[in-house]
Amino acid sequence: MREVFTVSKVRVATTSLAGCFGCHMSFLDMDERIVGLLEHVEFSRSPINDIKHCDPCDIGLVEGALCNADNVHVLKEFRENCKILIAVGACAINGGVPAMRNHFTLQECLEEAFLDMIGVDNPHIPNDVEIPLLLSKVHPLHEVVKVDYYLPGCPPSADAFVKVLTDLLEGKEPSLPKSMLHYD
Amino acid sequence: MEQNQSNLRRVAIDPVTRVEGHGKVTLLLDEANHVREARFHIVEFRGFEKFIQGRPYWEVPYFVQRLCGICPVSHHLAAAKAVDQLVGVYDLTPTTEKLRKLLHFGQTLQSHALHFFHLSSPDLLFGFGSNLEHRNIVGVIEDFPDLALKGVRLRKYGQQVIEVIAGKRVHGAATVPGGMNKSLTIEERDRLLGDIDDVLGWAADAVALNEKIHMEHPENHGFGRLISNYLSMVGTNGELELYHGGLRASRPDGGNIFDQFDYRGYYNIIREEVRSWSYMKFPYLTELGRDNGWYRVGPLARINNCDFISTPLAESARQRFKAFAGGGFVHDTLAYHWARMIEVLHCAEAIQELLLDPDILGTDLITKGEKQEEGIGVIEAPRGTLFHHYKVNEDGTIKKANLIVSTTSNNQAMNESVRSVANEYLDGNEITEGLLNHLEVAIRAYDPCLSCATHALGKMPLVVELLAPDGRMVDRVAKGSNGSITRTL
Repeated sequence: MREVFTVSKVRVATTSLAGCFGCHMSFLDMDERIVGLLEHVEFSRSPINDIKHCDPCDIGLVEGALCNADNVHVLKEFRENCKILIAVGACAINGGVPAMRNHFTLQECLEEAFLDMIGVDNPHIPNDVEIPLLLSKVHPLHEVVKVDYYLPGCPPSADAFVKVLTDLLEGKEPSLPKSMLHYD
Repeated sequence: MEQNQSNLRRVAIDPVTRVEGHGKVTLLLDEANHVREARFHIVEFRGFEKFIQGRPYWEVPYFVQRLCGICPVSHHLAAAKAVDQLVGVYDLTPTTEKLRKLLHFGQTLQSHALHFFHLSSPDLLFGFGSNLEHRNIVGVIEDFPDLALKGVRLRKYGQQVIEVIAGKRVHGAATVPGGMNKSLTIEERDRLLGDIDDVLGWAADAVALNEKIHMEHPENHGFGRLISNYLSMVGTNGELELYHGGLRASRPDGGNIFDQFDYRGYYNIIREEVRSWSYMKFPYLTELGRDNGWYRVGPLARINNCDFISTPLAESARQRFKAFAGGGFVHDTLAYHWARMIEVLHCAEAIQELLLDPDILGTDLITKGEKQEEGIGVIEAPRGTLFHHYKVNEDGTIKKANLIVSTTSNNQAMNESVRSVANEYLDGNEITEGLLNHLEVAIRAYDPCLSCATHALGKMPLVVELLAPDGRMVDRVAKGSNGSITRTL
């Protein structure tokens, strides 16, 4: 059953987990169309404002995979608060480039960067209470929470973002024409 | 907020927002709210330098774009320069060289425009401690629609330059080893030329606005200010150079530490210190040592370091910038914004020059050479000097990779600025959201590019379990007291 929005403005939260921010950049690539979108949408937590936590929302857009404990906390906060959760981009959907580290052990990756790298001074692996615990493997979102929709692309185009949001605002099942459906 | 063992209260800004990517700030305060410690942590760790090993060299420029969606072109081009050396190419065709420059100027223009208009301008227009709900790009669109649209269109133009050359705006396909993928058509060139006068006007307005903001707020000149060393590339005549040149490092008084240094020897002049509380290392100039050798990179470093700018409008803007500091170096941290807009103006002028150059329409794009074992590429990315270094096996797979990304070079400086602002504005006061935003304003001036979310809910867990939606355990990891991480599933 598709969510039908009856509120004057749909509340949207966005976040980037283990991603490169390219999906957020592509979202902003809607350029002047953002002004029209703001007539129908207000933002909860997002990197573009200073709201630090996700509150109850209609739509959550999540970019990036899960690579540390913080990513998991943030994702769960989004799932608990968002009626519709959308996995945005290659990393969120299948791990993407960050998941390439799954071919190695985490220890090998840490040692390469902090012990064996050219020009390293005071070599040791950072280990402070403020540094979140890294997961042994990088995971896509659907392995941890229920995902409602998947928006593919590395990154998805601005047109694809506009199409999906417009469909949802109009109470339709979101769909992408072939021209907007790509995985690169 | 929580008490820790030494009776100090911990306050965290988590995540730092309106920056590209994520970091967090932690403060330790005593009972009288005096700041005992202030740190800016980078909690991102990807392991890129490891997992690139074994991949074919020609894939690298396409992987490294995915390190960063804000300045993918800079990573793409730095890697491409290294890959050119791996295939034994040291001189590109004039058309290829110019297409790459055009791409890079488009990238720098869009990244700088995004940083100022979308991310930092709310602080400067509304005030550092203004209403949180309004202090963002949506608020700017509501209160200053013309300004906001100008910013949006300025960025759009830079993105369009990238799109024309690379096929799409983010993570396109521009370079091939020793060359470029496609040439520019006359129609594409004319379309970009059609808008350039508007872009030049918007860029000039952006410089004027930032100059005005800086001049009209003398109380902010000391905000997070640091008397620091500076590092950047410069051209052979000492001009501002964003694409290719020699390395110049300067002392705070403007004197050279070194000049026209061949970047392929970067590992002889820079070392990186590891600290336990951040995944981002702390680079310093080897000859000055760990304590005194840290430096700043990016727009402020480049505008301070260069002797002149080759394009007229940006040069006159630079002269006004220098006059502000009586001809010497400008050390104000918030002057990063002003310097950044001078670069936007330079990019717009340089794009116009390149579009009018007949070489830009050439079709001779590829140079070939003999394979080499090592390649080092350096570029002035929007955020500062960016180093890519690769060694390959005989079969062309990557054996070793080292990246020093721009933001890493500003790590010590960002921490110094955070400490300075914490001591000046927060020390002894009741901590409010508005005061905490002052720390973020200092960080935002550097336009850091981190790309990983951080989010601590109180204490850091020592065990994390991943459960699938149906409750099945996907993964379980635990951290030992020595920092080792074990999988216990």
